[in-house]
Order: sequence, then structure tokens, then C-alpha cells
Amino acid sequence: MCDQTFLVNVFGSCDKCFKQRALRPVFKKSQQLSYCSMCAEILEEERAKLHDVELHQVAERVEALGQFVMKTRRTLKGHGNKVLCMDWCKDKRRIVSSSQDGKVIVWDSFTTNKEHAVTMPCTWVMACAYAPSGCAIACGGLDNKCSVYPLTFDKNENMAAKKKSVAMHTNYLSACSFTNSDMQILTASGDGTCALWDVESGQLLQSFHGHGADVLCLDLAPSETGNTFVSGGCDKKAMVWDMRSGQCVQAFETHESDINSVRYYPSGDAFASGSDDATCRLYDLRADREVAIYSKESIIFGASSVDFSLSGRLLFAGYNDYTINVWDVLKGSRVSILFGHENRVSTLRVSPDGTAFCSGSWDHTLRVWA
Amino acid sequence: MDGHVHCFNYFASVNALQRLVEQLKLEAGVERIKVSQAAAELQQYCMQNACKDALLVGVPAGSNPFREPRSCALF
Repeated sequence: MCDQTFLVNVFGSCDKCFKQRALRPVFKKSQQLSYCSMCAEILEEERAKLHDVELHQVAERVEALGQFVMKTRRTLKGHGNKVLCMDWCKDKRRIVSSSQDGKVIVWDSFTTNKEHAVTMPCTWVMACAYAPSGCAIACGGLDNKCSVYPLTFDKNENMAAKKKSVAMHTNYLSACSFTNSDMQILTASGDGTCALWDVESGQLLQSFHGHGADVLCLDLAPSETGNTFVSGGCDKKAMVWDMRSGQCVQAFETHESDINSVRYYPSGDAFASGSDDATCRLYDLRADREVAIYSKESIIFGASSVDFSLSGRLLFAGYNDYTINVWDVLKGSRVSILFGHENRVSTLRVSPDGTAFCSGSWDHTLRVWA
Repeated sequence: MDGHVHCFNYFASVNALQRLVEQLKLEAGVERIKVSQAAAELQQYCMQNACKDALLVGVPAGSNPFREPRSCALF
């Protein structure tokens, strides 16, 4: 019976220094070589040199931010229970939100009027998204599906009648997002997978396996940077995927608890995450590591939702202690705390043109801040 | 019989480990840059786009639709 497979003690000529030593496997550019322990240590040191300085050290010379005056400018009332998710329309004005009571509402955030409302056949509608055209919305939750509803202004038409079931998972839907068009939807599920679907046919185009537990969130890379997306899950991992091949191209595991929210930095070169471990972190994709942690000893409740301001300088994060903290992304310090919600902040998105951001809460309301 | 079952578990876990090693090789092959360079580029992006960021610098009064009063004030 064979018990050792990889950690075999090989004695031979080191691939680097050619001395006769006990060898161990090392990987350089996906090629396996055999190095003696001296050369392996040197390789480790060289790799550590790539991590030469922290982000906040590089940003020391940057001017500190002044006082921020951000207030609730609109309060959207109408949900009968906890608001779980929201998304902005590309017109920078309309918002879709979903709640625990199964209702999905489309609002005009300027006037606070409700433009559409539909009741889902399930409770806990954990995910909702606006189509890029503004003509449809997608939502889902405990029904394990993602359904698309075309938005119609015809008073005689029943929105629920035109519902189209697109995605089918084997556990709850935690997040969904249209890709660059109304034709494809990306979903994340409690079944541990993400999937890409064709809206018209409902066909599964690609599935993404790799998370070891429920996937809670996803975000698509800004369109200029290509076909990737990032997902975060209960396995504490954030994974970056190639949408065409289904391969995981990078994975990050530095959080100490579930990752509730992930959001790309506006340039597409980095992404932020918010977790139940009460920290938000910034990961740079090209340095392939975490480059900043946004935390304070006084913050002990999980971060449920994060988003960047337009330039990427500010990170807004909603927490389970009912507050929203505003972080200076470069310096790593908190610049503001926003109070107002009377229960957990569950969802937060900055508007497409960066003039405001909207937060949704378990207190049944949504607030638009500017 | 017993040896057969052990064999099956052994191959299953070897497969899982092989897949893990393939994945790690893939990830090890990723091109990396120094944090100092990555950080400098993140900072540069912020600086270049700061002026367009309404939540950061504010916008001239009246051009943020959310800051305008909703009701029309009559003389």
C-alpha cells in the first residue's frame, strides 16, 4: 500500500546550484523544478521582496481628505420587511430593490415614486439587478431561481405574467448581475457555484466551481478590462474567474469569516471585499495580494456591502451595526461615519455617475445619500 | 474487500489533490508586479479621476439632482 504521493524525499542534483542535496519541489512559471532547501529559501526571499511596501505608505504624500458632509437626501419607504438588495438603473435615477417579504419594487429616486412592483412567489428575495437597457429587472432568492421581468409602462399589463425563469440552482440565489447586455446573466448561489446563463433560452453557458461553501456575492469587471468577475463566499475566499473558460485565475484567502460583498475598483485592477470579520480589504489583481485592510478596533460588526466612489478614492461600507463607514482607500483611514438606518445595512451601491449612493436596510427603507 | 475500499478512497483523494496541484500551478504561473508599483497605479487612477468624483469633491450647487430641493420655491 502506497502512502506518499507528493512529499517524496528525493535526493539528487539541485536544479539551481547542481549540488547533491535533499530536494523539494518548487513551482516557477507553472513548471515544476527540484531545489535544495537553500535555493528554495532564496526563492522565497525573492518572492517576499515583491511585497516591498504597503499601499498606505505609498499614499503618505497624498493630501488628506477634508470633512465630508453626506446626508440622507431621499428615503424610499414602501417595503413591508427587510430590504435585502438593490441596484441602480443606468439612467442614474431608477432603483430596483428586493425584500424579505417577496416584493420587488422599482423606484424613481428623484421623486421617491414607486414605478413598478411585483410580488415574487418566494420570500427572501436576496438578489436583484437592473438590465443595462433599463427595460427589465432580474431577481431571485429562496426559490433557487433567477427570473427576469420585462418592465412595461402599460397599466393593463401584469408584470408577473411576462416573468421568465432563467437560472436554476440547487440552493438559494445570493447574487445576480446582467453582463454587458440584457442577454446574459451571471448568478451566485448557496450551492457553492456561480453560473452564466443565456436569458432568451435559459441555457447554462458556463458554470464556475471552486468555492468550498455558499457563494454570497459577485461583481463583474468594468467592461474595459475584460471578461472576468470576482466572487466571495462563506469559505472566506474571494475568487477571480475567466468567464469564457470557467477557470479560476486568482484566489485570495485572507479574510477570517464569510465574505458578504465584493466590488471592483473602477480601473479594474483591484477589488474590495466586506466580511463578517468586521473588516474590508483591498486586493490588487496585478500584485496578486491583499494591499490594504480597512478596520478599527471599535468596529466589531460585519460589513455587509461595499462600493467605491467614482475615482476609487472612497470606499463606502454598510455594516450590521446600522452604520455606513466611509474609508479613504489610499490612506486606509476612516473619513466619516453615517448614521440614519435603524437596523442592519444590507446593501449599498453608488449611482452610475457617482453623484450619490443608495443603501438598503433591515429597517425596511432605502436611503439615497449625497 | 477492505483493501478494495481503501484503494477507492485513495484514488478519489489523489484525484482531488491532483486537481488542487494543477490549480496551484496555474495560480503560481500568474505574472506579478511589485506592490509599490501596483499601489502607485491605484493612486494615480484616484488622482486622475478625483475631479469627476462628485462624492469626493462635491459639485457646483444645483447640478447634483439629489441636493436640489424637490419642491419649487416660488418668489
